[in-house]
Amino acid sequence: MATEEHGSGGATGYIVHHLTPLSTGEGFWTLHLDTLFFSVFLGGVFALLFRKAAERATSDVPGPLQNFVEMLVEFVDAQVKDSFHGRSALIAPLALSIFVWVFLMNAMDLIPVDLLPDIAKTIGLDYLRVVPSTDLNATFAMSISVFFLILFYSVKVKGPIGFGKEMILTPFHSVWMIPFNLILKLVEELAKPVSLGLRLFGNMYAGELIFILIALLPWYVQPLLSFPWAVFHILIITLQAFIFMVLTIVYLSLAHEEH
Amino acid sequence: MSINATLIGQMITFALLVWFTMKYVWPPLMQALEERKKKIADGLASAEKGKHEMELAEKRATALLREAKDQAAEIVSLAQKRANEVVEESKQTAKEEGERIVAAARAEIERELQQAKEGLRQQVAVLAVSAAEQILQKEVDQKKHREIIDNLGKQLGQA
Repeated sequence: MATEEHGSGGATGYIVHHLTPLSTGEGFWTLHLDTLFFSVFLGGVFALLFRKAAERATSDVPGPLQNFVEMLVEFVDAQVKDSFHGRSALIAPLALSIFVWVFLMNAMDLIPVDLLPDIAKTIGLDYLRVVPSTDLNATFAMSISVFFLILFYSVKVKGPIGFGKEMILTPFHSVWMIPFNLILKLVEELAKPVSLGLRLFGNMYAGELIFILIALLPWYVQPLLSFPWAVFHILIITLQAFIFMVLTIVYLSLAHEEH
Repeated sequence: MSINATLIGQMITFALLVWFTMKYVWPPLMQALEERKKKIADGLASAEKGKHEMELAEKRATALLREAKDQAAEIVSLAQKRANEVVEESKQTAKEEGERIVAAARAEIERELQQAKEGLRQQVAVLAVSAAEQILQKEVDQKKHREIIDNLGKQLGQA
């Protein structure tokens, strides 16, 4: 049992160990090296794979890689066309990047929980958290970036005055309601990145935690539980990536709409 | 679970990733997809056109076939007519030839008959002369008698 290896703290120690990131630095300037490494690595995998497909893209009969990439691209493109009616060179590639990157980061969840940390231990790294999307920094990095894009497009499409008016005069069009409107709108706008980031983080964190808890059980019980949970997680990781992408598209298309 | 500088690093990574996708991944793929769409549309259009052309060609072929059949029938009837003519002609020729041969044969027969008559006449004359010679034997004015015999011969010839 895994608890024997991390004997010092028993089950609690094992769980805490698994949830502690490999970090460097102090205070705010702490860097989670594992999160950065895995997200950059997976981003690189995504970029190289898709770049390779894009380079070789022909209008003739596509190969297996191109077929797969085209399938994803068309899927994302259909989602964007469904909810976003303006023209933008950014939104579709943004949605594709989010979908594939989040999916890959989530998919790290399916690697057995002890495998990579144990390998890391042999090369002298005491802590390793392999799923970047169980790190709030990773999910909030994306949701805050999306939030900035929402602000940017709101101001760009509606103009600073239009955006300001929307902030203070909706939903109640009255001078007396300005403070109330402002509070409502601020909550509405801020809820977008917070919910976006927390939803992904919460799902992946909880999922990973359950994998860790299953790993604490006797070995003959583990497959009975971890197999169905992993199968279920295939759905979860795809669904969470999809939700993140669709909400990004929806928020950005709302930002493009004039009232 | 503290928020820290990792957030900034992740944002930079994310921004780079989106930029890369926007610049180098999305456009070529979309272009390839568009091109394929166009190719397929062209292919379908040309297939439609080909089908239409085939229909036209079939119609033309049917028309040509009918025309050829008509022509063939005409040629056959002409040939039959001509054959009849040839048969008639050769019948006519054969008849004429036959008549000619019959006429020639008749002429030949006539000629031989004349010859035979002439031969007989002369033989009769010689026989008559010799008979007369034997009867008269002597004292015969040969000249006179010759005249008489010749006359006789002529009379025989006329008969």
